[in-house]
Order: sequence, then structure tokens, then C-alpha cells
Amino acid sequence: MDYWLTVLRLAVRAMLAYKVRSLLTMLGIIIGIGAVIIMISVGRGANAAIQAQINDLGSNMLMIFSGSSKAGGVRGGFGTRPTLRVKDAEAIGRECPAVKVVTYLISRNVQIVSPKTNWGTQVYGTTPEYMEVRGDWPLREGQFFTAQHLKAGASVVVLGSSVADNIFDPGQAAVGQMIRIQNVPFRVIGVMETKGRTPDGRDQDDVVYVPYTTVQSRLMGTRLPGVVYYIGVSAQSKELVAEAKREVEELLRQRHRILPNADDDFTVRTLDEFAAMADKATGTMTLLLTAVAAVSLAVGGIGIMNIMLVSVTERTREIGIRMAVGARERDVLIQFLVESTTMSFIGGLFGTVMGISAAKAISAVANWPTIISVDSILLATLFSAAVGIFFGFYPARKASRLDPIEALRYE
Amino acid sequence: MSQAIIQLSGLTKDYPMGGETVHALCGIDLAIQAGEFMAIMGPSGSGKSTLMHILGLLDTPTAGTYTLEDEDVSAISRERRADIRNQKIGFIFQGFNLLARSNALENVELPMLYRRPSDPQRKEKAKEALRMVNLEDRAFHQPSQLSGGQQQRVAIARALVNDPSLILADEPTGNLDSKTGQEIIQLLGSFHEKGITVVIVTHDAGIGQSTNRRVIFRDGFIERDEVS
Repeated sequence: MDYWLTVLRLAVRAMLAYKVRSLLTMLGIIIGIGAVIIMISVGRGANAAIQAQINDLGSNMLMIFSGSSKAGGVRGGFGTRPTLRVKDAEAIGRECPAVKVVTYLISRNVQIVSPKTNWGTQVYGTTPEYMEVRGDWPLREGQFFTAQHLKAGASVVVLGSSVADNIFDPGQAAVGQMIRIQNVPFRVIGVMETKGRTPDGRDQDDVVYVPYTTVQSRLMGTRLPGVVYYIGVSAQSKELVAEAKREVEELLRQRHRILPNADDDFTVRTLDEFAAMADKATGTMTLLLTAVAAVSLAVGGIGIMNIMLVSVTERTREIGIRMAVGARERDVLIQFLVESTTMSFIGGLFGTVMGISAAKAISAVANWPTIISVDSILLATLFSAAVGIFFGFYPARKASRLDPIEALRYE
Repeated sequence: MSQAIIQLSGLTKDYPMGGETVHALCGIDLAIQAGEFMAIMGPSGSGKSTLMHILGLLDTPTAGTYTLEDEDVSAISRERRADIRNQKIGFIFQGFNLLARSNALENVELPMLYRRPSDPQRKEKAKEALRMVNLEDRAFHQPSQLSGGQQQRVAIARALVNDPSLILADEPTGNLDSKTGQEIIQLLGSFHEKGITVVIVTHDAGIGQSTNRRVIFRDGFIERDEVS
């Protein structure tokens, strides 16, 4: 321990003996590590923002769409063949252990009329569980409809915030107002908080929610009783999403009596695709970051190697003295390695401080989210030390191999 | 008769120099007894410095054997040589060879640093060595703040600190005025009285007269071996 302390003190003293030179040598490492820290924090910040958007779509969500119609070889796309029923959704809730909550939905375009104006939008006939499947989505006003509303087929409506803003004056309370949908009067019982647009630009707030039973009986007629366009499922946990998907597929194939080799008449989608997309973006970012870091650290390391070679030459006589009094090859090797490592490590610390400050500045000025994590700081400093060892090895070895007589004679 | 600390037989050192071979030492036979105070003398090029390097295990002989305290050290590893230099040999150079950025005490501590870094007595031992050369009050001075004689005494303290059995001094007075030089030689002589073998390489006949034995070299051979 004392040995290392002494060696470390020697290294610091050697650094302080040539302050400007040491600082210039460290500059490469400072800039390299600083760049790494900035890029990691900005990259992580962006990734977290994307992840938050995905989570916004719903927690552990699975989306089940009915199959496509096929008429004379023309395939209609998702939802064109009404194969999913309320009973399917209920069966999923009953028989799939990995499933926590089930909801279902039928939708159609409607014109709604308020006392003052009118507005074309979509009506979603759904269940109270819809809110749970969509994740944490608070109401701005009032409340969502309940199981009683659903059971009774009550004429109540919850407005998306865009709809409320368009049919009522700002500041006017929406809850308690009567509106007409397809000439059927509905009482407004709640307004959702603004959720914003989906990544593809669709306004998630331009919609009104009505109990499924009410839509069936009052707005759709009885043309297709019990049909739903979409079943939304929330898995018990993130890990169980795949399991839930398997269970749902198995159950629906069974219920729909699909033969082993026949195609499904439904499609189960998870948010994995979005997550995979985000991961890919992060992967590209990481690759770029690694390349930049590698180049700048290599440049910094070569700078250190260069100065260490100069230092070894300048201190040839000192090395000779040390050898004469009994320093072994490894003592000399360690001394110079510790010196180069100390230099690059301190450079790494400076770089980390600089990188954090810069990331904070970017955060403040450009309003860009940045995340500074402990592991990135640890990684950066450890890496800078590793650069010192790697690039300091050649000069240190050169020093340790000197001939003591030659070294002592060196002027 | 006392025991031989150093036994050289047929010691030869050749240097290749521009296609020719220079014979620096040509089959030297020499025995040095423990506790001797001797001078190795001769003009430059006589081989005395080469002998000093080999005795100090800074260099290896081309042929012949060198026995130091009953161990044949003519062909041992670099690492073992470093160990022996550290534990059995103290060097004193013409140019002092102190570390410029370390103070006197740290310079004296240097030999202990490599073998006994955790010795709690390290500082004490270094101070004791400085006391032996009457420099305890200069312990925290840098070499540049010390006179030549004081620097050489720091070097002597450094040579003494690991209790060596052999002190090798290469022209120890070469950079000093004659009065200071005499003091240094007297100091070295006092260690001989304590039982340490002291070998001084010099071309100064005056110094030679202060010692008990003079081995005079010429062209790689021993010309004379006088005991007084």
C-alpha cells in the first residue's frame, strides 16, 4: 500500500513539474470523455422520451383485430370481417391467466350536435376497462362511465378533450351538458385529459366514449349484435406479454374452430414492434457513440504515449539512478504506467465534469432531455484509466528495459 | 586472514566497437577481503570503470567468474542483480546522482522503497543515515539547495541506508574541492572502520594514499597491487 502511495505521489509530482505539458496531454482525453458523456446523456434522454411515448399507448398492451374479408381474391384488411365478439373478449378475461384486464371496442364516425354547434368525430363504444388498458390516463373533468352505465345501456358520453374544446366555449363546464349523437340525446359525464397525437399524427383526443351496449342498441341498430372491432388486453406484467399473446391466440383459434393448418381469422399485435423500433434507434446511436468515443480516446491515448516517450527520454538518468539503487524492471514499469494512467484518469475526471456541464447546458438551452447516469460516468472514468494503461505500456516498457550503465551516463 | 567478500577469477570483459573488439578487462584475478578499504586506480581506459560496473552488478562479465559473498553472480538474472544491488551494495558516483525533484530524506529513502515499502521505520532509518553523514538538519532540502559536499554526503547516506556489505565509490571526489574531497574520503574511511568493505575507483594518487590497499590497472590488466 505504501509502495503504491509513494508511486502515486511520484506520478503526481512528475505531472505537476510540467503543468502545461500535462494539461495539453490530457486535453485529448478530456475532449474524448466529455464527448462520450454528452452523447450518452443526450442519447439516453432521447431514448427515454421515446420509451415514455410507447408506454403512453398503454401498459403491457395487446391489440386483437378481427380478420380481413376476402371477396374474389380482394383482401379487405384488418377489421373488414367481423369475427370478434363480445363473448370472445369475455372468454379471454375468464380463461387466460396471463391477462389482467380485457376491453373491447366498436367504433363509427358520427356527427355530434351541441346546443351551439356541431362536430364530426368518432364514437368508441367500449367498456370501463378501456381506461385501464390504455394506461394512466386521467380525466380533466367528471368521470368515466361505469359498469352500471354499461349494463344499463345508459345514454352517457365522455368527451375527448379536442371534441370538448370544439363544441363548448373555453371555460364552460362540459359535464352535465346534453349533446346529440345521431339525434340521440346523451348526457356528458366526463372529459378526458389531453393525450396528444400518436406518432403518425392521429389526434387521440378527437373521439367520444359511450358504453358499448348503448352504441349497439342506440347508434348501430342490431345489424351485427355482439360484434367488436377490436379487443384490447392488458397482460399481468411486461414479461407476460408474450405468454398472454400465446394464450389469446390459442383460445381464439379454439373458439373460432380454426383447423390446425388454417390461417387465423384475427390478428394479435403487441407494442413490441414499437419497442423494437426504439431499440434499433438506440442501437444506431450507441454504435455512433462508440465510434466517436473510440476515435477520440485513441487520439488522446496517442498523445499520452507521445509525451510519455519524451518523458522517459528526459528522465533516463533518473531511471538509471533508480536501477542502481535496486529498482527492478517491474518497479520502473509500474512507475511509468501509474504516471500515464494517473494523467489519463485525471483527464477523464475533467472530461466527465465538462461533459456533465455541457449536457446540462444542452438540456437548459435546447430543451432537450438528457439523462446523466452514474454508470456512464463510471464507464467513462474507467475507460480513461484503461487508455492510460494501454498507451502508457510501450513507453513504460521502454523505460524498464534501459541498460543501467547507459542510463546513468545519459546527460 | 579474513574472509574474501569478492573473488574474481579470469574476469574478462569485451566490448564490440565498430567491428573491432575492445578488451576492457583481460582475465583479472582479484580477491577483496571483507572490511577492506581499497582504491582501484589507473589512467582512463585502463578498465577500472568497467570493473566497477561489474563489481556493482550493473554489468556482466564476458567470461570468468565473480563471486560475491560466496554467491556466483557472473551470470544471474537482471532481477536478481537488482536485488543484490539493493541489499548488498551502496553506490557513490562522481556526479552524486540524486533525484533532483526529491528532498534529501526522500533520496535516502529511495533504496528502501523498492523492497520494504511498508517498513514503519523507513523514515527513521533514512534520518539515522543522514545523521551518520551529519546532514540531519538538511533533510528537507532539495539537492539544488545543497552544496556539492552536502549532496555527496546525501548520496553516501543513501548508499548506507540498507546496511550494505560493499560500498562502491566511483571518483567520489571528482566534482568536489580538495578539502571537501578529503572530508568525504575520511567519512568513507570511517565506514570501513565499522566493517563495511569500501572500494574507491579514482585516478587521484592522494586518495589512494588514504586507503589501505591500491590496485593499479593498465590496459585491462592489474599492474600493481600494493598493501600499506
